[in-house]
Amino acid sequence: MRKKSLWLIIMSLTLVLFLAACGDNNETGGEADNNNNAADNDGNNDAAVNDGNDDGNNNDGNEAPAAAEDQTLIFARGGDSTSLDFASVTDGETSRVTLQIYESLLKFNQDSFEVEPGLAHDWDISDDGLTYTFYLREGVKFHDGTDFNADAVLTNFNRWSDPDHEFAFIDEGYNYAVYGNQFGGFQGDEDHVIDEINVLDDYTIEFVLKEPFGAFIQNMGMSYFAITSPAALEEYGADIQENPVGTGPFQFVSWDRDDRIVLDKFEDYWNEGYPKLDRVIFQVIPDNSARLTALRSGEIDIMDGLNPDDYEAIANESGLQVFERETNNIGYLGFNTDKEPFDDPLVRQAMHHAVDKETLIGLLYAGLAEPAKNPLPPAYLGYNDDIEPYEYDPERAQELLAEAGFEDGFEFDLWTMPVARPYMPDPSRAAEVLQENFAAVGLTANIVTMEWATYLDEIETGAQDVFMLGWSGTNGDSDYFLGNLLSTPSIPTSNQTFYSNSEVDDLLTQARHAVEESDREQYYQEALELIHEDSPMITLVHSIPVLAGSDRVQNYVPHLSTSEPLTEVELSE
Amino acid sequence: MLAYTIRRLLMLIPVLIGMSLITFSIIHLIPGNPARVILGDQATATAVANLEEQLGLNEPFLIQYGQYMLGLLQGDLGTSIRTNTAISGDIWPYLAATFELTIFAMVFAVIVGVNAGIISAWKQNSWFDYTAMVIALVGVSMPIFWLGLMQQWVFAQELGWLPAFGRENPRNPIESITHFNLLDALIHGQLDQWWTSFKHLILPGIALGTIPMAIIARMTRSSMLEVLRSDYIRTIEAKGSSTLSVIYRHGFKNAVIPVLTVVGLQTGTLLGGAILTETIFSWPGIGRYIYEAIGNRDYPVIQSGILVIATMFVFINLIVDLLYSYIDPRIKY
Repeated sequence: MRKKSLWLIIMSLTLVLFLAACGDNNETGGEADNNNNAADNDGNNDAAVNDGNDDGNNNDGNEAPAAAEDQTLIFARGGDSTSLDFASVTDGETSRVTLQIYESLLKFNQDSFEVEPGLAHDWDISDDGLTYTFYLREGVKFHDGTDFNADAVLTNFNRWSDPDHEFAFIDEGYNYAVYGNQFGGFQGDEDHVIDEINVLDDYTIEFVLKEPFGAFIQNMGMSYFAITSPAALEEYGADIQENPVGTGPFQFVSWDRDDRIVLDKFEDYWNEGYPKLDRVIFQVIPDNSARLTALRSGEIDIMDGLNPDDYEAIANESGLQVFERETNNIGYLGFNTDKEPFDDPLVRQAMHHAVDKETLIGLLYAGLAEPAKNPLPPAYLGYNDDIEPYEYDPERAQELLAEAGFEDGFEFDLWTMPVARPYMPDPSRAAEVLQENFAAVGLTANIVTMEWATYLDEIETGAQDVFMLGWSGTNGDSDYFLGNLLSTPSIPTSNQTFYSNSEVDDLLTQARHAVEESDREQYYQEALELIHEDSPMITLVHSIPVLAGSDRVQNYVPHLSTSEPLTEVELSE
Repeated sequence: MLAYTIRRLLMLIPVLIGMSLITFSIIHLIPGNPARVILGDQATATAVANLEEQLGLNEPFLIQYGQYMLGLLQGDLGTSIRTNTAISGDIWPYLAATFELTIFAMVFAVIVGVNAGIISAWKQNSWFDYTAMVIALVGVSMPIFWLGLMQQWVFAQELGWLPAFGRENPRNPIESITHFNLLDALIHGQLDQWWTSFKHLILPGIALGTIPMAIIARMTRSSMLEVLRSDYIRTIEAKGSSTLSVIYRHGFKNAVIPVLTVVGLQTGTLLGGAILTETIFSWPGIGRYIYEAIGNRDYPVIQSGILVIATMFVFINLIVDLLYSYIDPRIKY
């Protein structure tokens, strides 16, 4: 009989627990439902409209009432940061967090790549374009209480540029590839553009370059070149990536890997009155639909990676809003210009005319993209708006093919990415659409796909005919797109069309070394004209990433770099 | 018994070595350069070459394997490429999270599955039997991700009864000691926190436990049917024992061996099969750890993570085997 009662107890306990679980309210307020102010659901990203009358939504009296006095923002995203040392990694999920903790000498404007004062309140450039003098803010404190000054800047730059520096931690797996890319290498390298760095006084620092370098100021705004407390580097050594100490609006509290990163308001932040939030939690929710559910149930405040198909529904749902990022990428179909028949510009132009970009955007991006006519996003310096796009014109395509001697068409492999990227949300469907476009002008495209790593390896070898790929900006500099994608020195690492035009190379080099913005603009526009004529790639789209959030989130402006400081963000009632 | 236990433990050694060799080979046979994947599609060739060298990917396969095994013998599970930290130091919170989820799922599966199976066998061909077996059939064939998303939609989004993600309320986290949240909350004496954690377990636990529950129910039913038809049950019934005593004490005790096998196997499967559930419910467990590692080509984590799960699996099987002889003394070794 004892067994019997044991079973009975277990069974009834389960039942009780289960019923109890179902009867209870959830602990996170659940304010997203029943909020029927039909007034503002235009889904605009600068929706600073405070629709005041949603009292009575937070009355479940549980442990974490989500009232405005609780300024805790939960930002949900698909993946975790890899490191909290911004200089040694390149992923966007890392810089999204480090940008809250750390600051660079300069920073980017809220909605463009225009540089603004950061830790340096002002700067001078010498007439020869070789000496940059930065005047640093005084009274700025690191989170550990030490003072920010010119020595701290010097220590950080040496850490990245000198592999033997005591804080370089090369042996512990740190590598400053971005520094090398942006400044032409490291100390001692021939192309390293920084000759010397001089501390003039506590709050003045001077960078002397070997040659004029147009992207220098732009680079100084990048989150990769933010300043870490030297005392913290001393204290934590190679563990600095798990114990970040900067001067930013938020300070690090904890990191549970693959789960969440918690940051708290830095009370001594130099920009008085900021930040508005008391706490920011970066929460990992890998599944897209689960993330949306969590937003709708009020458990999180902002979610990244909204499915374009959900855009309309969310924009019209009360209690929620959508945010659009400005476009900062290019999705393209590259030709292997070394291979027949793609070495013939006529063939490439013909195929460019054969592609219906508008339909592609309607089908795959839910309209959240714009057709691309330049391999450079529209907000960039030197974007050439005078270029006449290759219109969708199958007849013209056929004429050009005939002119090139291919009136009967030909067969080729269309390499398709196996993974979705921001610039290409559904590569295999895109390939099918493109395949039909090509079939309409008599070309047979065989869709080829392979595992992602292999794909990237193989296109470097030049095995491809026509391939799908894209590129995203990180520093807002046009050279980052054009130099990497279409200059001869970048073959084959990032220029996989193997496109090589010495005139273009010259223009890009000149642009890189020009200091005057108008000169750089001129060079880029000329280069883009030549590139357009040669058509080494079919420029498909610039996609527009979207996020969603609760309408309690105020002053959130997504930046086109995919990372933005949350200094001014606030939660309303 | 002791000799058997020792013999079984010794047999684990070649099994585990085999396991390590298989995982190690498989991930090295995957095409594509891991250094390139780690650095992303915008990396330079120099950076890729440097990283390759740094990771020792240029060494011959056997040397790499040898170094890995040497490390393992010293308790070193390797260093994660993604986070650059020691795996042995990182792995426990993930394991604990998965254990907690798996235990909950298994308790759910066993309680519901065993009882449903017993009642179905006892009331064979009744409406309960038919319903339970249809549910079991649906349960076995239900894709976990679909079930999970439906649960979230109904219980989190529409009804707002249960949380949709994670192990705890991120606005009010539990201070970790053992990384078992239910236990930690009790240690801190925070009953409300315990309750919050429990609620977080319900949806993923049920999602994960549904398939084993269905399998256990079916296995219990058929095993029980066989026992209930046997002569000794008829004898006991004739002696006038109560129905519950006949069913649970005499019947189930003799039907339990195959059920136990299924429970053991399913527990092992759950450890590794939690990946989907953990992804949908943002449960930071070992499945997620390995999943993220695969995405990042984090070789050491994939290897060691799989090895740890395989070890658990092998040990659970061992425990099940030992339990057999405890429960049924006729099973001798």
